[in-house]
Amino acid sequence: MSLTAPSTRAARPSLRRRLVQLAERATSPLLPADYLDLFDPLRPGADLRGRIVEVHPETADAATIVIRPGADWAGHVPGQYVRIGVDVDGVRQWRAYSLTHGPRPDGHISITVKAVPDGLVSTHLVRESRPGTLVHLEQAQGEFVLPGDGGRFLFVTAGSGVTPVIGMLRNLFPVADAGVVRLPRSAAYDIVVVHVAPSAPDSIFIDNLRALDAAGLIRLVARYDDEHGVLDVEHLDELVPDLHERQTLACGPGGLLDALERHHQARGLQLLTEQFRATTLVVGEGGKVAFSGSGATVAADGGTPILDAAEAAGVLMPSGCRMGICFGCVLPLREGAVRDLRTGAVTTATPGETEGRGVPIQTCISAAAGACVIDH
Amino acid sequence: MTVLQKKTHNPISHLTAEDIEQIGVELDAIRQSVLDTRGGDDAAYIRKVISAQRKLELASRAVLLVSMFPPAWIVGTAGLAVAKIIENMEIGHNVMHGQWDWMRDPKIHSTTWEWDNASPSEQWKHSHNELHHTYTNVIGKDNDLGYGIMRVDEDQRWVPLYAAQPLWNFVNACIFEYGIAAYDLELGKNLATKERRQDPDFRARAKVTLKKIRNQMTKDYVIHPLLSGPSFLSTLGANATANLIRNLWTHSVIMCGHFPEGVETFERKSIVGETRGEWYLRQMLGSANISGSKAMHFMTGNLSFQIEHHLFPDLPSNRYQQIAPQVQALFEKYGLKYTTGSLPRQVASAWKKVFRLSLPNDFPRRRKAVVSALGAAQPAGERIAA
Repeated sequence: MSLTAPSTRAARPSLRRRLVQLAERATSPLLPADYLDLFDPLRPGADLRGRIVEVHPETADAATIVIRPGADWAGHVPGQYVRIGVDVDGVRQWRAYSLTHGPRPDGHISITVKAVPDGLVSTHLVRESRPGTLVHLEQAQGEFVLPGDGGRFLFVTAGSGVTPVIGMLRNLFPVADAGVVRLPRSAAYDIVVVHVAPSAPDSIFIDNLRALDAAGLIRLVARYDDEHGVLDVEHLDELVPDLHERQTLACGPGGLLDALERHHQARGLQLLTEQFRATTLVVGEGGKVAFSGSGATVAADGGTPILDAAEAAGVLMPSGCRMGICFGCVLPLREGAVRDLRTGAVTTATPGETEGRGVPIQTCISAAAGACVIDH
Repeated sequence: MTVLQKKTHNPISHLTAEDIEQIGVELDAIRQSVLDTRGGDDAAYIRKVISAQRKLELASRAVLLVSMFPPAWIVGTAGLAVAKIIENMEIGHNVMHGQWDWMRDPKIHSTTWEWDNASPSEQWKHSHNELHHTYTNVIGKDNDLGYGIMRVDEDQRWVPLYAAQPLWNFVNACIFEYGIAAYDLELGKNLATKERRQDPDFRARAKVTLKKIRNQMTKDYVIHPLLSGPSFLSTLGANATANLIRNLWTHSVIMCGHFPEGVETFERKSIVGETRGEWYLRQMLGSANISGSKAMHFMTGNLSFQIEHHLFPDLPSNRYQQIAPQVQALFEKYGLKYTTGSLPRQVASAWKKVFRLSLPNDFPRRRKAVVSALGAAQPAGERIAA
């Protein structure tokens, strides 16, 4: 698309613009992209997507998914994460996963996913995903990245929190078939990894970490709950005596991160943390419905449609048949849970896990099932 | 057809209030069985249809670039007509109903879809999803009954204009997409008075419609013919023909939904305080199916399962065929008439009604009276299209 003869530089923008306009007129009411996507969904200019090229198991319940991203993938820094949209049972679901490789020569990216119990997307990715499947992507994001000029670091990782750290380590110390590659740029890093997991075999990437430890490139302190007991952060300096000389990067569940925060704050130490699932959604009966546009908040019980509750409180709402058939009242649910009053089915929205402004819901047949935020 | 409430043989007089609520419960169970199994296969179905439709349209338009060769004209026109029909019926109409919203794919969603038709989606969704599907066959509330230009029910008052309605109906069939656009704008009502004509809301909507029509026409009658170079005129003709075929086909299918004999209509006051069961019952009696092959069902956008569609307008269209036997069994169980017939039969039945009701209700009697007054013998049983 960017390949145009340089000699036409002056005329190019208007010619190109006119060609695009012509194509748009020829495909109205659709867009040229709707047709081009049929043949090349990864082309430059397309919505950002990727194609799964490889799925390989890491442990019994974790797998690494290698993805060829679309042409407009802007690259990433090790430790960043990507939001990925996958169709599970026909429904588009968005989740954030750490990128587990640094930038690779073949341009592919990879995520490592652990199937969590009741985890719709993680279970699907680990057990059902197949090479060739198209997935939807956003550009890499995240501040949880390794400073580029070396230094002394402590990584504290728990469970699948190891994944962003693996991304950083693989970038520093690539593991080839012949063994670990020592790169000159990596010599300035002194790294200790404290990795916590329920038990050894469940630990994803543990082989990787052990290989790096054996090669003397990092020091690995593996702590398994069943073997060593649950890690008490207060005793971290027993595992890492030079703790105060290191910058700590931690990734894991909220409990561990909170404990580390307190521990480091008390000692005046630096801490960089990363947590994907910040809040747990509480599904109940009724709740406060906040409208993000108007700023109105309405208390709704579990048996009243949000449309009725909002109108009773004076919020101007779009509406139609009021019986769930015309879809004239659909608004995006940004956050929270609602229950379909006809079927009892619960629809939830978690920021970061849904695309765009939220999950569109029919307000005329949906009641609040907990606190909700609606984009209106 | 006369409103159900005024009939001497009321087809629902044998049902108790409990029966009607029980029908609602059983229909809800059928609906739930589809929701419980809705998933990846359904998503794959609609994506496959959309992909195939777009490829067919592209291929047909490519063939038409050399439409000056008669075989290319025939193949390209037929392909384009089929592509337009699929886009309007199995894809556009159903996507705009929210049948695929559950996939959470912003590209296949009722709030984003724009169809290959003169009427803008936003306006179609209001007049069709909201008014027609809510007030189905209620005289005075459901404008789909005769689209405001025809008399398709004995209880609609006859005015002399209706005498020409077979002609209106034919003209409307030929330009159906513009008929729908005018209908969605409620053009008849809104052009009637100066005040209505200058209503800012109406003017804004009319502007959107005109822009859509201009875009549609530019594509079909300017850009595509221009790209065909020396085949300009024949490609223009091909587009016009494909649009005409699409209009005639969609008009025929849609006439079969609510106009054939056997379909019931309802009084305005009969829906006051209507329960869910009663609403379901009205949809059951107010719609008619078309029987036929799988290909025919597909080309009607599964509107051949009009009864199932009206009961569950937001279930994926590929599931109507599957639940039809259960729905039909429910009709039998409760002694109700499941109106269905082949496409030619239902089209003929609807047309017959358009002709019959172009005359006042008492026309046969009046004619008979005049004839007998003249002293001529009238053979027994002769009535016009009884």
